[in-house]
Amino acid sequence: MSSSPRTLRSALGRARGLGSAKTDAPGHWFAERIGAVALVPLGLWFVFGAVIANIGADHAAFQAWLAQPLNTTLMVLFIVTAFHHGALGAIVVQEDYIHTPWVKHLTVLLTKLFALAGGLFSVVCVLTLAFGG
Amino acid sequence: MVEFALPPKSRIKPGKTWPAPQGATKVKTFRIYRWDPDKGGNPTLDTFHIDLDDCGPMVLDALIKIKNEIDPTLTFRRSCREGICGSCAMNIDTDNTLACLKPIEEVKGTVDIYPLPHMSVVKDLVPDLTHIYAQYELIEPWMKTDTPAPTSGERLQSPEEREKLDGLWECVLCFCCSTSCPSYWWNADRYLGPAILLQAARWVFDSRDEATEERLDMLDDPFRLYRCHTIMNCTATCPKGLNPGKAIADLKIAMFERTG
Repeated sequence: MSSSPRTLRSALGRARGLGSAKTDAPGHWFAERIGAVALVPLGLWFVFGAVIANIGADHAAFQAWLAQPLNTTLMVLFIVTAFHHGALGAIVVQEDYIHTPWVKHLTVLLTKLFALAGGLFSVVCVLTLAFGG
Repeated sequence: MVEFALPPKSRIKPGKTWPAPQGATKVKTFRIYRWDPDKGGNPTLDTFHIDLDDCGPMVLDALIKIKNEIDPTLTFRRSCREGICGSCAMNIDTDNTLACLKPIEEVKGTVDIYPLPHMSVVKDLVPDLTHIYAQYELIEPWMKTDTPAPTSGERLQSPEEREKLDGLWECVLCFCCSTSCPSYWWNADRYLGPAILLQAARWVFDSRDEATEERLDMLDDPFRLYRCHTIMNCTATCPKGLNPGKAIADLKIAMFERTG
């Protein structure tokens, strides 16, 4: 427990604090689980179907493989799911351990920006390659 | 940031050692956390040698023997000595449990006894429960209804509805579970912890209660309920054999079910 509070507020008042946030916590919780389940087949496909199966392939061969609609779709799905799931998990860890509010809000915001930008960049790279870039 | 190391004033130093009585043949060593706010200073670990041939079988028996016969200043909570009141919760041999239900024989070697982890200490083995009691009050642990009670005076529920409360009503509020939970250690100010969430479930899943919406609204928060990361220390340590982890999971499912 955190150190003894230097306040004259009642114990019940402190326990209630700012109240329940009602910021779709059930949605966040469900998204974590759906992402985790989806990443099992997608992760296996990425490791075995995309990386190991293409070891030794040259640029043209890999481009031809990635340009197949199923492979393009699975690659984009994998990227979006991985970045989304990773960001959700990282945010929970920050909420757990960072107790200075402005630092926490800043790192959470940076995590979201990184996931958005990184995910978008990766998807654009995949589409560029798949569509002949 | 979270404090991963004890602050300097909380670091434990060696304390007094009390020898075994002369002629004792079955000696067990107890090392007990001591801290007296009137003396200040750092906490110490006092060592007591007890003759088990002249002591009851449970750890609480040894504590009472120490208080009565060796050091009357040793401070701890106890009342029923049979696992019903939940008073003598403490950390024994690295597990949170009730001293009255923990046989001394189960501990190999020295019996190490500390107060419940990560709580402010009032004195020796007595933790400050002010905040966790306030959290209990927060969930409003009483039946809330708008429908007037039937003229018979009893609100009925079917045997199946009553069964849903099994595994919930037995909790004695010893707080072994909450104080074993890392999420509660780091975020006790906002996370309600397994003991209080099990109590919340006890009222959410009571068919006679009519405030389910209000109760779930109160839990719809990233901290109050969702700091639970299913570590399951709560279920592993519960001296009553209850499963707070499942109660929390059931609450999360109920929260999700009402979203779609």
